[in-house]
Amino acid sequence: MFYRENGQFKTSYRADQQVFPILQDRIAVGLLLLVAFGAVPALAGDYWFTNILIPFLVFSLAAIGVNILVGYCGQISLGSGAFMAVGAYAAYNFYVRIDGMPMLLSLILGGVCAMLFGILFGLPSLRVKGLYLAVATLAAQFFADWMFLRINWFTNNSSSGSVSVSHLQFFGMPIESPLSKYLFCLGVLAVIALMAKNLVRGAVGREWMAIRDMDVAAAVIGIRPMYAKLTAFAVSSFIVGVAGGLWAFIYLGAWEPAAFSVDQSFKLLFMVIIGGMGSIMGSFFGAAFIVLLPIFLSQFLPALSGLVGLEISTASVSHAELMVFGALIVWFLIVEPHGMAKLWATGKQKLRLWPFPH
Amino acid sequence: MKLRHLMAAIAAVVAGATLVSTQALAQAKEQFFPLLSYRTGPYAPNGVPWANGKQDYLKMINARDGGINGVKITFEECETGYATDRGVECYERMKSKPGVALFDPQATGITFALTEKVPTDKVPLITLGYGLSIAQDGQAFKWNFPLMGSYWTGADILIQYLGKKEGGLDKLKGKKIALVYHDSPFGKEPIPLLQERAKMHGFDLQLIPVTAPGVEQKSAWLQVRQSRPDFVLLWGWGVMNSTALKEAQATGYPRDKMYGVWWAGAEPDVKDVGEGAKGYNALALNTSGQQPKVIQDILKYVHAKGQGTGPKDEVGQVLYTRGVIIQMLGVEAVRRAQERFGKGKVMTGEQVRWGLENLALDAKRLEALGFTGVMQPLSTSCADHMGSTSARVQTWDGSKWSFVSDFIAADEQILKPMIKAGADKYLADKKMTRRTGADCQS
Repeated sequence: MFYRENGQFKTSYRADQQVFPILQDRIAVGLLLLVAFGAVPALAGDYWFTNILIPFLVFSLAAIGVNILVGYCGQISLGSGAFMAVGAYAAYNFYVRIDGMPMLLSLILGGVCAMLFGILFGLPSLRVKGLYLAVATLAAQFFADWMFLRINWFTNNSSSGSVSVSHLQFFGMPIESPLSKYLFCLGVLAVIALMAKNLVRGAVGREWMAIRDMDVAAAVIGIRPMYAKLTAFAVSSFIVGVAGGLWAFIYLGAWEPAAFSVDQSFKLLFMVIIGGMGSIMGSFFGAAFIVLLPIFLSQFLPALSGLVGLEISTASVSHAELMVFGALIVWFLIVEPHGMAKLWATGKQKLRLWPFPH
Repeated sequence: MKLRHLMAAIAAVVAGATLVSTQALAQAKEQFFPLLSYRTGPYAPNGVPWANGKQDYLKMINARDGGINGVKITFEECETGYATDRGVECYERMKSKPGVALFDPQATGITFALTEKVPTDKVPLITLGYGLSIAQDGQAFKWNFPLMGSYWTGADILIQYLGKKEGGLDKLKGKKIALVYHDSPFGKEPIPLLQERAKMHGFDLQLIPVTAPGVEQKSAWLQVRQSRPDFVLLWGWGVMNSTALKEAQATGYPRDKMYGVWWAGAEPDVKDVGEGAKGYNALALNTSGQQPKVIQDILKYVHAKGQGTGPKDEVGQVLYTRGVIIQMLGVEAVRRAQERFGKGKVMTGEQVRWGLENLALDAKRLEALGFTGVMQPLSTSCADHMGSTSARVQTWDGSKWSFVSDFIAADEQILKPMIKAGADKYLADKKMTRRTGADCQS
């Protein structure tokens, strides 16, 4: 009933090829954007903006980037934290060293630097694949850790190795309040997500998927593996780099290399696996799962134990958090190995037939 | 069907939880102390006694005095795991609770991130013995309070002590001093001061970084073995300290030539190494032991009633006592603020900040508080947010720490220009100006 497509006829190629070919999807996405840009700012408080929505938006963006590489092109990467770090530190250097540098431009330039870095560390993908490539990209992670810890130039010779930014502006408007930060992240995410969605639908995206599904066959039908793999690394690390810049500039304000450690790489990979490989929407689901669940559990467990009259210590909460988290990941992978995006697709299929299952 | 039941159950529990938490918020006239801590992760062995000390002192003040001039103290812990992003999350979660007094982030990395945020939120930050060294300059850092010492004062005291040991600072000329440090803002912070001192006295400073968390130190100690420095300064935290001592033992580097910062001088650092750590020296900001009156009070009012946060024999340990001191200074700041803004009232973050800036804890006041001998007297001002720069050197004899030096004060002649220059650079980077005299009164 909700997803019945009766009567929706496409009479032109244009209509057939749009991003959301089904009317209901267009309405839903429109409503979602309306809620995100209109209703959420009116309803949410500062805590929601800074602690839940901004991390969610930034990690959604990063997960989209990783998903392009891992989900669409099949190149498993453990270096996403490094790409984030390069994006953040490059943006920082552009922002601090050039007077009057707009924040948005420095973030984009940071993304470009991350892109170059990503291409460099993507070169091994021409020779090795699978687990071997994962290990090769891990090198990017360790290299970035080392670089930002030891080369003082990158941190503007800060004696402690910690850097900070302030007076963030967007075309003269200050980005200081939680609301403005949220809207800025949302704007960046909306634009990049739309671009990524179009990219994966286009010729390049098809090449990526062909490489992912079987690289030899793809090469036989005339897809250049080098071009496809390196573009995937480039696009992916650009997006991840911008996300790294946002994380550093907007969320942390001051950061050190530990903010982009190997943990971050794993987190991003989990997001993609849980959210759904090869799905832009899955990136949002994955980010929500990984970002929100620990916060939810750390609030919810003490409240739950309070209800039954038990006092639960901070340490046990954080241990329980890890256990519940691990258990849920395992459960998820067994029950739905294609991730949350697949659940959504199944739900949508059911709604098509509802209320007449067969 | 099953799923629907589950969802309904979860919804009911969530609704109940929200109800409970809003009821808790509705109570008034309470000063709220947010406690950022880490009881898990590689720094937990040291984070736990610290956090327990902080909690127990607040419990004791409530039990013994009924709060601060009748204002009851409430507190809540938030686990950061020493990670900056989790620390920021904890801060954002707790900063807007009613009656928030101050934050003690318990980690140098988190301190850096929060330093950018506290001026807008108007909550003071105390970083006792850690954090940003240049924040001692209260005219540039209105909201930061690195009370009792920073890494610069710590490094300075160590060099002074080594000079004295050698028979004069000029005897350090030509000597090799290695800094084995945690490769993070925490470990890098003392470097500028050591470089300055190296230039002054002509000793050779070797920088040997150890990747966080510090369990892998083979290459660092290989470097030590090759260069055989005359002294090793150890800037470690958590599991890094005991590992360093074990590596020194394996390398054959004499432990009595190793000098740790005050975060490398507590029981968890040496206990597991035992005899192997014999002779190892470290700075001490405070005493340990159960003799001080305040510790006795904690035992009497909290632990005797079965409300202690940790095990009883941990009470009075080095880090536990430091936690107690931190919390005492926080409580005293609230008390001081109440003297000006009204006794028996809940202070806002801005008022507590004034209290922190006007602390005057002389020997008499310390005695009244039960801290005689535990720490040095301390008084802060608008220009000086540290209050006291002294520390002692202690040595581990295989079973307990004992002091081998008197209190040594850091050399203001060297520190002042460095702090001024650093603070000025910070202000210039942020396009801010120094506080005026009028601002100091507020």
